[in-house]
Amino acid sequence: MTDIQTNDVDEDDIIDTPEQAASVSNAMSSKVEIIGGPPVGASTLEARDACAWFGERLVLEGVNLTMPKGKVTALIGPSGCGKSTFLRLLNRMHELIPGAALDGEIRLDGEDIYATGTRAQQIRMRIGMVFQKPNPFPAMSIQENVLAGLKLARLKCDDKDLLVEQSLIRAGLWKEVRDRLDSPGGALSGGQQQRLCIARSLAVHPNVLLMDEPCSALDPTSTRRVEETIDELRDVVTVVIVTHNMQQAQRVSDFCAFFLAEENQPGFVVEHGATDYIFSTPKDSRTLDYVQGRFG
Amino acid sequence: MAGTALDENPVTEPPSQPPVRVERTRRVITEDPSTADKNFNRITMASGISVLLLLVLVGVFLMIQSGEALSETGILRFLTRTEWRTDVQPARIGVLGLLTGTVLVALVAVVIAVPFSVFCALAITEYSTAKRRKWLVGVVDLLAAVPSLLFGLWGFLYLSDKIVPISRWLSQNLGFIPLFKTESDASLTGSIFIAGIVVALMVLPIITSVVREVFSQTPPGEKEAALALGGTRWGMIRAVVFPFGKGGIIGGSMLGLGRALGETIAVALLLPQVPQKIGESIHILQNGGATVSGFIANRAGADSFTTSGLLAAGLVLFVITLGTNMIASVVVSKSRSGAGVDI
Ligand SMILES: Nc1ncnc2c1ncn2[C@@H]1O[C@H](COP(=O)(O)OP(=O)(O)OP(=O)(O)O)[C@@H](O)[C@H]1O
Ligand SMILES: [Mg+2]
Repeated sequence: MTDIQTNDVDEDDIIDTPEQAASVSNAMSSKVEIIGGPPVGASTLEARDACAWFGERLVLEGVNLTMPKGKVTALIGPSGCGKSTFLRLLNRMHELIPGAALDGEIRLDGEDIYATGTRAQQIRMRIGMVFQKPNPFPAMSIQENVLAGLKLARLKCDDKDLLVEQSLIRAGLWKEVRDRLDSPGGALSGGQQQRLCIARSLAVHPNVLLMDEPCSALDPTSTRRVEETIDELRDVVTVVIVTHNMQQAQRVSDFCAFFLAEENQPGFVVEHGATDYIFSTPKDSRTLDYVQGRFG
Repeated sequence: MAGTALDENPVTEPPSQPPVRVERTRRVITEDPSTADKNFNRITMASGISVLLLLVLVGVFLMIQSGEALSETGILRFLTRTEWRTDVQPARIGVLGLLTGTVLVALVAVVIAVPFSVFCALAITEYSTAKRRKWLVGVVDLLAAVPSLLFGLWGFLYLSDKIVPISRWLSQNLGFIPLFKTESDASLTGSIFIAGIVVALMVLPIITSVVREVFSQTPPGEKEAALALGGTRWGMIRAVVFPFGKGGIIGGSMLGLGRALGETIAVALLLPQVPQKIGESIHILQNGGATVSGFIANRAGADSFTTSGLLAAGLVLFVITLGTNMIASVVVSKSRSGAGVDI
């Protein structure tokens, strides 16, 4: 690819004409219905005694965690303690790895997502995921990227243009790309690509959005953008975010869970609770050490 | 304006842009490879050049040897005449009838082999456990190692009769397509269609291996993205693997086409080697047809004029095959997926 555009325009620098501003608020006020899509609104996600194996190796043990509806939950902890594994348990991506196994239950609004007869596709449609490395479909245009989830999950929608606009507005990318929705998704800067991936996940109107270190490949400006996006998503979807950045966890999350794995032992949750509490007066000294940057 | 700020700045470097343009000397710097690197470079260069030299030698040999026939017939007439008669004086030989058969057999082969290869490659890369993948790759490689003579014999002795009912069905139900029409009393063995199927078997492994190689390089991140959006495996393949592997599929098919054009023995056994006449309609389902390589294999060892004519036909095949392969490798390397694939 030769025409990669790397200049990341700061959205605040783009001045809206009054009509454009009006059209944005207009777009957000109307509702797009997705036929066959997830039920409307955020969902509560609960892990009950969740364990995970890779082959014979137990890497996560006995995790009990409630991720309340419409809130942002941050997962923190040193490298290799099983945060990503836990996140992938939550939307059945774990089972894509050969030899993967689990125990316990993951409940989405009270129902076990691993119950027999429940299809992984159905669950993944309701629980979207944003990855560490931006992964838009490079051959598709920006618009096609946003609508890719509909096509993949075979959903119908009454107003695709409006859905594209709403999703991109939610992801904080609309102003930068509204004039070039037909250009390829690969021809965006890294930060823009990541927001495109967020828009793509949001377009199917998921109940939960999982994010695995979504900002670790991004510059500070893009990071701030994504954080603002997360903030605006509150109430619309439940967000679970893995981050190594303590400030970020403090800025964006309502609840926080601290994972830890002792050497060659499976990971577990040391402590979880409201973010303010975890960062100020946690019960466990290891939590305090970690959030204050004394290890990990 | 920047004065006060500069005073507070402890770093005292000169500004990077001098106020006056100065004359600069341009120092060219090059890599200085080690002796081992140099020697390795020489060896790779030498082997590369010798392959190229071999190719040129073959070309030159063919040109010299075909000189007699070509000069007597005239190049243009040789290329456009469908007849091949050495029993009249002067002999009337031309390559077009053979070329038509060659291209038809190759096309039938590729049309049949490509979908098979693509599904075979998908079965290996997307739908197999690690153990089964290894096993399947082994089988495909083994298939490639079977000498084409055996395919030809098998096609001649066994497959031919088994395909006749398919040919009949095709001609009865799709006979309105001119290519599929047969004359009422025609024999359905020894047809271009059957030859194409046998050649398809011969090119299947090579196409499968190119396509598999390309598919296996699909970025895992994009695949995960498609699955995480609620896609099925097949949906993911259509959204991610096919667009990524498009160049590889096209290139692999053309590479297979190049192979199919040259496959000799199978087709020599199967076809009656009667060159296609211009003006006569083409029937791929019934007995008839000839290909360049099959014709050469059948007639080799005749008098010097015939041999020269056969080699001229070989030269035409050589050029076409080379061209097809070159286009194939360009297509593969230009595509996003093909950058790291050797064919
Ligand atoms: N595909 C895999 N096969 C085998 N073991 C794996 C696999 N993926 C991860 N693991 C192991 O599982 C454990 C947990 O890994 P995981 O990726 O969940 O950690 P993490 O907390 O996300 O780390 P990081 O912060 O570095 O991303 C690690 O010990 C790792 O070695
Ligand atoms: Mg991780």
